[in-house]
Amino acid sequence: MPQITVENLVKTYRVAERPEGTFAAVRGFVRPVYRTVTALGGISFTLERGELVGYIGPNGAGKSTTVKVLSGILVPDSGRCEVSGRVPWRERIAHVARIGVVFGQRSQLWWDLPVADSFDLLRDIYAVPAADYARAREELVAALDIAPLLTVPVRQLSLGQRMRCELAASLLHTPDILFLDEPTIGLDAVSKLAVRDFVRRLNRERGVTVILTTHDMDDIEALCTRVMVIANGRILSDGSLDALRARVTTERWLLIDLADADEAVSDPEAEVIAREGARVTLRFDPTRTATAALIGRVTAAHGVRDLLVQDPPIEEIIARLYGAEKVASG
Amino acid sequence: MHDSLRLYGRYMAVSLRGQMQYRASFVLWSLGQFVGIAIEFLGIWALFDRFGSLRGWSLAEVALLFGMVNVAFALAESFGRGFDLFSSVVKAGDFDRLLLRPRPTALQVAGSEFQFLRVGRLTTGLLALGWAASAVGVAWTPAKAALIAASILSGSCVFYGLFVLQATLCFWTVESLEIMNTVTYGGTETAQYPMSIYRDWFRRFFTFVVPLATVGYIPASALLGREAEMGVPAWLPWTSPLIGVLFLLVALRVWRFGERRYRSTGS
Amino acid sequence: MNLRAYLSLFAARFKMLLQYRAAAIAGFGTQLFWGLIRVMILEAFFRNGAATAQPMSLAETITYVWLGQAFFVMIPYSSNPDPEIRNMMRSGSVAYEMARPLDLWGLWYARAIAARSAPVLLRALPMFAVAVPFFGMALPPSGASALAWAVAMVGALLLVSAFSTLLTVSLLWTVSGDGIARLAPSLVLIASGMIVPIPLFPDWAQPILAALPFGGMADAPFRLYMGHLPPEAAPLIVAKQLLWTAAFALAGRALLARGVRRLVVQGG
Repeated sequence: MPQITVENLVKTYRVAERPEGTFAAVRGFVRPVYRTVTALGGISFTLERGELVGYIGPNGAGKSTTVKVLSGILVPDSGRCEVSGRVPWRERIAHVARIGVVFGQRSQLWWDLPVADSFDLLRDIYAVPAADYARAREELVAALDIAPLLTVPVRQLSLGQRMRCELAASLLHTPDILFLDEPTIGLDAVSKLAVRDFVRRLNRERGVTVILTTHDMDDIEALCTRVMVIANGRILSDGSLDALRARVTTERWLLIDLADADEAVSDPEAEVIAREGARVTLRFDPTRTATAALIGRVTAAHGVRDLLVQDPPIEEIIARLYGAEKVASG
Repeated sequence: MHDSLRLYGRYMAVSLRGQMQYRASFVLWSLGQFVGIAIEFLGIWALFDRFGSLRGWSLAEVALLFGMVNVAFALAESFGRGFDLFSSVVKAGDFDRLLLRPRPTALQVAGSEFQFLRVGRLTTGLLALGWAASAVGVAWTPAKAALIAASILSGSCVFYGLFVLQATLCFWTVESLEIMNTVTYGGTETAQYPMSIYRDWFRRFFTFVVPLATVGYIPASALLGREAEMGVPAWLPWTSPLIGVLFLLVALRVWRFGERRYRSTGS
Repeated sequence: MNLRAYLSLFAARFKMLLQYRAAAIAGFGTQLFWGLIRVMILEAFFRNGAATAQPMSLAETITYVWLGQAFFVMIPYSSNPDPEIRNMMRSGSVAYEMARPLDLWGLWYARAIAARSAPVLLRALPMFAVAVPFFGMALPPSGASALAWAVAMVGALLLVSAFSTLLTVSLLWTVSGDGIARLAPSLVLIASGMIVPIPLFPDWAQPILAALPFGGMADAPFRLYMGHLPPEAAPLIVAKQLLWTAAFALAGRALLARGVRRLVVQGG
């Protein structure tokens, strides 16, 4: 029995248009014009307990709409959705008592209060029994290393410190499911690693189901074995990261730094796709051209100071997937 | 229920601590409000000075209304501040966070802000009430005093309900409807004068739909021996406090309806 | 002061207001409500003292009240007349404005005029359209009265804006300025006739109210409109408005100059 079942969710919005020009503005005042935007065009998937899933797509693709429906704060136009046996938007209070949500850009903590006060307020809001609260808080404070921050007002925290406190706050009531929306945005490298590490352990050791929405592909690569790609309100891909890559393309990229920035570069079995000063990016198909052979040819024919072989970045994969989707849908 | 009350109490404590930091501006603010309300009374006094009486009501009798209405409104302003400021919550997109918590949103909004004692308006109201009580020539009994107190409390429920309704509008439009404040303030203006001076439809609306008449006019009329002019059943004045509470409950139901609508259309 | 600058500020303000359809309707509705209440209250008072002759008839009083509602948005009724400038002060970026080599007071004055005049169109036209046919508001008795009223309204606008700018400048002095800004609106409202028409105040209070500048913001133009004051009274009224405008302007400029010096001294 999957923990989360989503079947054919549809959601549209009505948006008022704000016209340009004075005459149109007066007309818009008297009779406003609306257009319909389809945020979700019928998406379906299931999640088992304890999965760590990445949910990615371009802006406006429908990611936040999906999260809002799953968390029970938005009612879809049609379709079925069940989380732990409940319909989220029908039993909002019972449902949200068992989930945690972290928004990278908005805080759930009380701005002027010390962190500990926010925690206590949340304990009362979630009606967490005293003993459970004490234990959960102790473990979270230790795991996220936020003991010295407990007496600091939230507004005085750095972004990295605040994010760690947000994570703790969202888990004080030991939810079964955690929604993370852009949790590492704006964080320094050390904090990012700390957050990822924490989420990974939370998932592996506690079995908390995690749904991660992010633009940071490093987050995805570090944490997720399963990735869902959404664009234009439809799910384009649902599976492992490698499967996603392979589905779009087998190509790999060769990046070389030339000694002479003006040198022309070419190869019969590779294509130059980017050039920035002395750095040249070549694309090739490893199923047709052995990587080692290509490297040999290129370094023999050109003055290469340094080189790197990599898979195309995930953004590139996604963009192509999305582009192919656009072509396919006409 | 008991748990919700405890949570509400906790919210209040948090808010109070936060506001202790802003003492200087609190004094100025209270002074400004005191002057503002006192000047309103000055306007009333000026009219009485020129015309002598208002449909048979004397200045002292109107002062009784004035006092009750302003004390009731001051209480509502203090405790209903969360709803008063709700439009900025919706505009900032923070309402979603309230939906993500396992508590009724109305309770959370109610607990989000407290304006500790709108002392300016409260003081003017109490002063007017005090003067009126002595000048109005009524033989005060515990029962009569209890009616006044209950009416003031129920009156603050009516005003609180108006704040809730005003905030509910934010579920339909995020446009800054602060000017809608004038409806609640217009309500105080209306209730400060005896309802008998208004046109019939107006009076009926503010007795049976938005029961502003129960805030001051109906109980005061009963105490001043003016039941005849009211045109309402004789038992009504003594049960009017209940009506205010009912109104608030209706307003909260409308809030729930608005919340459902918000969740269907998205922000 | 640049006329073009004012026109573009006005247009920008007006366009912004057009976007807020629901707010405009709500604002109109509540003022209509407020006007109705005041009319009913004053009617009731008049019916009581019907025997004695009053300085103003009931019909005139009703027109006065509706004029007040139509032009309410012009009066500086807020303790925060220019929120944008106030935010600049709070954030400290006002220091950059003050360091620039332009006439800052003039700019703020132009903003005030735009802010005080742009919403009037959206509020006054519908109010006239509703109050004249349905709620007992009269039209000016003669063309001369109408003209006198129009001229006095311009004077009122200049006066109101100068006062508003003075309030804005005083906000530079955070605590005391805040206090003045909070007390001023009440004084303005009562002394301009928005709470009770000036002629209805006690006879002994009339000279005091006449000596204050606030009557020129609403009361005087309204009385010219109704013919309660003859059109010939207009020049004197306008002269008084302009005198007070100059006084507020000079005070505002002086205060601003001091404010600039203060900032410079503090190294802000």
